[in-house]
Amino acid sequence: MGVQILMPALSPTMTEGKLSRWLKKEGDEVKSGDVIAEIETDKATMEVEAVDEGKLTKILVPEGTEGVSVNSPIAELDGGGEAVSQGAAPGQDTAAPQQPAPPAAASHTVGEVAKQAEDNAAVAERGARRGEGAAQGGRASGEAAAAPEKDWGPTKPITVREALRDAMALEMRRDKDVFLMGEEVAQYQGAYKISQGLLDEFGPRRVIDTPITEHGFTGMAVGAAMTGLRPIVEFMTFNFSMQAIDQIINSAAKTLYMSGGQLGCPIVFRGPNGAAARVAAQHSQCYASWYAHVPGLKVVAPWSSADAKGLLRAAIRDPNPVIVLENEILYGHSFECPTSEDFIVPIGKAKVERPGKDVTIVAYSIAVTWAMQAAEALAKDGIEAEVINLRSIRPLDAETIAASVKKTNRLVTVEEGWPYANIGTEVAMQVIEAAFDWLDAPPVRVCGKDVPMPYAANLEKLALPTQPEIIEAVKRVTYK
Amino acid sequence: MTRDQLLQAYHDMLLIRRFEEKAGQLYGMGLIGGFCHLYIGQEAVVVGMQACLEPGDEVITSYRDHGHMLATGMEARGVMAELTGRSGGYSHGKGGSMHMFSREKGFYGGHGIVGAQVSLGTGLAFSNWYRESRNVSLTYFGEGASNQGQVYESFNLAALMKLPVVYIIENNKYGMGTSVERASASHDLSKNGAAWGIPGEQVNGMDVTAVKEAGERAVAHCREGKGPYLLEMKTYRYRGHSMSDPAKYRTREEVQKMREQSDPIETARKMLLEQDVSEAELKKIDDEVKSVVQEAADFAQKSPEPEESELWTDVLVESPAVEAR
Repeated sequence: MGVQILMPALSPTMTEGKLSRWLKKEGDEVKSGDVIAEIETDKATMEVEAVDEGKLTKILVPEGTEGVSVNSPIAELDGGGEAVSQGAAPGQDTAAPQQPAPPAAASHTVGEVAKQAEDNAAVAERGARRGEGAAQGGRASGEAAAAPEKDWGPTKPITVREALRDAMALEMRRDKDVFLMGEEVAQYQGAYKISQGLLDEFGPRRVIDTPITEHGFTGMAVGAAMTGLRPIVEFMTFNFSMQAIDQIINSAAKTLYMSGGQLGCPIVFRGPNGAAARVAAQHSQCYASWYAHVPGLKVVAPWSSADAKGLLRAAIRDPNPVIVLENEILYGHSFECPTSEDFIVPIGKAKVERPGKDVTIVAYSIAVTWAMQAAEALAKDGIEAEVINLRSIRPLDAETIAASVKKTNRLVTVEEGWPYANIGTEVAMQVIEAAFDWLDAPPVRVCGKDVPMPYAANLEKLALPTQPEIIEAVKRVTYK
Repeated sequence: MTRDQLLQAYHDMLLIRRFEEKAGQLYGMGLIGGFCHLYIGQEAVVVGMQACLEPGDEVITSYRDHGHMLATGMEARGVMAELTGRSGGYSHGKGGSMHMFSREKGFYGGHGIVGAQVSLGTGLAFSNWYRESRNVSLTYFGEGASNQGQVYESFNLAALMKLPVVYIIENNKYGMGTSVERASASHDLSKNGAAWGIPGEQVNGMDVTAVKEAGERAVAHCREGKGPYLLEMKTYRYRGHSMSDPAKYRTREEVQKMREQSDPIETARKMLLEQDVSEAELKKIDDEVKSVVQEAADFAQKSPEPEESELWTDVLVESPAVEAR
């Protein structure tokens, strides 16, 4: 019984090619790996190697033939009488690639069906293990499911810095797989003193000073997360995460999908984001829009101490990679924060910081401060602004935003990021999609200017959103 | 290697060879799409190294990964069905040739960005260190990847923290079309970790017994808590970089010479015959391997394409507790 040799596809895009030369003739013995012919594709001349062994009995397509379709027979091979190699005969038992194969039960042997059942069981088991892992860390419990703005009881004022430290300490106490790694996080107690005291409590195996090597230690942390550990990676600032962005996107965000759900990456990347003060272009950039673009990542940006503590705890417990964009200027600010040991803020829920009926101002991170100040000033002019603190950038709480716009009919967004494809753009588009008929004016974005951050004090001030700009934007949409 | 170990190695190498030949064939038939990087010629490296491992040890590599999967014990049918993009594949058809994983077998991929797996593999070793286990991470990469910056960041981290990782450079002489001489100022890649005090050896990667011997030394070094170890495997790929590479940067004679004089499977076969293994015994292995590969190819064609709903699954792990509003 002969084996047909088919015209091979030699590139992802090839549909036909020229059979330029035969290197074997009829009657020749062919071994696996022998070059039997040359084929010109759209890109190059390629050699065709034999896969099966045997005697070349017939050449079906003479050399020099152009436009030979992929998969058409070009020669016949006598398979040497081995039963197993006959099964290789292409074209006999081959479903065309684009045609869905028949249902498993119809064509598979009993053994195969049984095997498939086993495979399914294996998948189920993997799922169960994942769930089990979560339970071990106490992550699957119902505590985080509580209504987000529920009354958590007594509060006391703490700084955002303390809130972040407390969140890490609480989570490290409840789950031994959680650890912190980054530059100066241990002995120096944090470049911005966020990790103060953690080395003393948790020791050098769980609070790890790294060399200045973002690409390497980020990849290392992602690899550790793939085995089920729960790293918190501190970037001294998010500007340096660009050294490691391949590992964050290509490895951390995509592996779950690429593995068909087998291998998740429970990891937190955190650190100050955006402009601090007078640190110029390379150290003053907002990454909200960059990371929010990526499926497989979650992105949060706390404003208050309660946001910082609650969101960071949720991020650490989340089984997915979460980017926590903090703000250096806010680190020293004090806010009231619930003292409850169980306090947590679910990812994906915005907060109305100030109710109002005339205009919706959507902001995140330090821009919430600016929006609140502007709202106060506007109140003196008789304009009641509703200020929404996004808290979560991805997933975005489009419902809360749309509900507010349906009430106020006007939208202004405020952020320090650049205007092009920024978060305000996304918010405005989602409002247009969900509540176009309720809008009484085109939405307006107030954002950082479309320039690298300048150093000079006066220019830096101009580059960032200002209170007069927010007030002006509100007046524009309210036609005042 | 004992007679039985060598027989097993012969079987495993032959399985990879026949699997890859079949994959090449299916690619030619249009059943496998995109990139497809074959491991033919390099079989001794992964088979020899795998023989040094214990349960719980981890393996990670680049996109030339089918051989590594088979060596870790992943099933040929699941790998082949992933190549054809079918639901029976290890990643349900969503990963493809370059992206398959099996936590159960300790295989952590299958990574498409040159060099990225070196930092990730260092992270696998970090986990062993963090958990205080005696497990070791085998982190494979090509000589082309050895010029990436993160490789040296990883060397530094691993040496600094004494992480149990064996770095295995599979030097098959060509990073796509660029020969190692044209890409690397270092001529002895086993010394590339010297600045961090990482011991290294050059190994004949075409001889499975030599690979196993060196591998045992490297793995023992890691298990003793002495930190990373570097092995440069001198090997060769017979096929192009990927299926669409005509490999014009080297001569046919060069390839032919390697196949005829250094083929790892032929070498093992000769050793076995010298150890009084009969032709019939080897023929039995050949037949068994062929039928496993044929079964895999049949399964890979019969398994249905993934359900359209699969497009939307596995983007995020669902976590109702944290997501709840």
